[in-house]
Amino acid sequence: MCDTCGCNITDANAHLLRPGGRLHQTGEGREAVTVLRNLLSENDRQAAHNRAHLDRHQVLAVNLMSSPGAGKTALLEATIEALGDTLRIAVIEGDLETENDAERIRARGVEAIQITTGSACHLDAHMVHQALHGLDLSTIDLLFVENVGNLVCPASFDLGQHYNVTLLSVPEGDDKPAKYPVMFRAADLVLLTKADLLPYLPEFQPGRAERCLRDLASAAPCLSLSARTGEGLAAWLDWLRQTRALLVSQQAAGSSRRPAIQPEGQALHAGEGAF
Amino acid sequence: MHEYSLCIALLGQVERIARDHRARRVARILLRLGPLSGAEAPLLRHAWPLAAAGSLAAGAELVIEAAPVVVRCTRCGAETEAAPNRLLCGACGDWRTRLVSGDELLLAHLELADIEPEVPRACASPSP
Repeated sequence: MCDTCGCNITDANAHLLRPGGRLHQTGEGREAVTVLRNLLSENDRQAAHNRAHLDRHQVLAVNLMSSPGAGKTALLEATIEALGDTLRIAVIEGDLETENDAERIRARGVEAIQITTGSACHLDAHMVHQALHGLDLSTIDLLFVENVGNLVCPASFDLGQHYNVTLLSVPEGDDKPAKYPVMFRAADLVLLTKADLLPYLPEFQPGRAERCLRDLASAAPCLSLSARTGEGLAAWLDWLRQTRALLVSQQAAGSSRRPAIQPEGQALHAGEGAF
Repeated sequence: MHEYSLCIALLGQVERIARDHRARRVARILLRLGPLSGAEAPLLRHAWPLAAAGSLAAGAELVIEAAPVVVRCTRCGAETEAAPNRLLCGACGDWRTRLVSGDELLLAHLELADIEPEVPRACASPSP
């Protein structure tokens, strides 16, 4: 059948050509196309590829997000100190400029790949893919991605990680989840960091931070800790150990895990028949 | 903040679809955008002409449809509208809700123009 005379229109496909249909021709020879595709679908495809790499080597990948200065690198230093003997750790560092954070991690004897984004405000799946090529995944149990310090953009980009951990430091104020709902909704775990400052900043109430988080319909656990004093660190380390054990059993069974932010969300919005 | 890179991704999708449909021009682009998508409509509108300059989508009208924030309660089942930072059930007040709408970042619809006629192909069915 040809595409010019109409002999290819059948009862089965005629609905596509009616107004609102995917192949409907509007006035003036225009053609209307219904797409329903996420703008980030290219990124998401790359992220799925990254996740498959990580799963093949049974690596747990954790994406750390926060505002600049909330203590992501300090948390990593303390985590390496505590777990470095039992788990093989590597870190991908995202910053606009400098290798400072990567050098702090390397000083602890852990491999770190620095991504300098220039002026880009977030990491995306392609950058992380490139960084993954610099790592031998068969020698790694636990991969941290320290995202660019920013409470806005990093939340929108899937990197291929299994879990999102968002840090909120005490000096920032306890209402951050209400101010940055997109970021805190994306968290599988929220860490209230610099808890050693709580006595000096009584206006920060951990209970209020947690309530703001629940207002986002998030069931993510919320832990207080201080990387400086070690207070509360044990619960974070337990979370990491349990999370890793659970994921490795899933990976061994051929499945994986994505950050909890409604895995069915995209399917809800993007109907089938997308390009 | 990352609206320009979103516009570049949008342009890539639009160009691919236009090529598939042999369109020389894109007349209209409809996006559906929710407040929890992390992108802002005014910034997208500003960034779009820069991203599309010189492409077959350069003159396209960019229409951005705002999606409401709607949650479905896992306790009472009600579907209610909510504020982006307060996703509580509007009926019973419970926080254990699922987002039904509000985080969309979708290329929903395209109108293509100046469609090149396809080179006529021989009919596959044998002539009588």
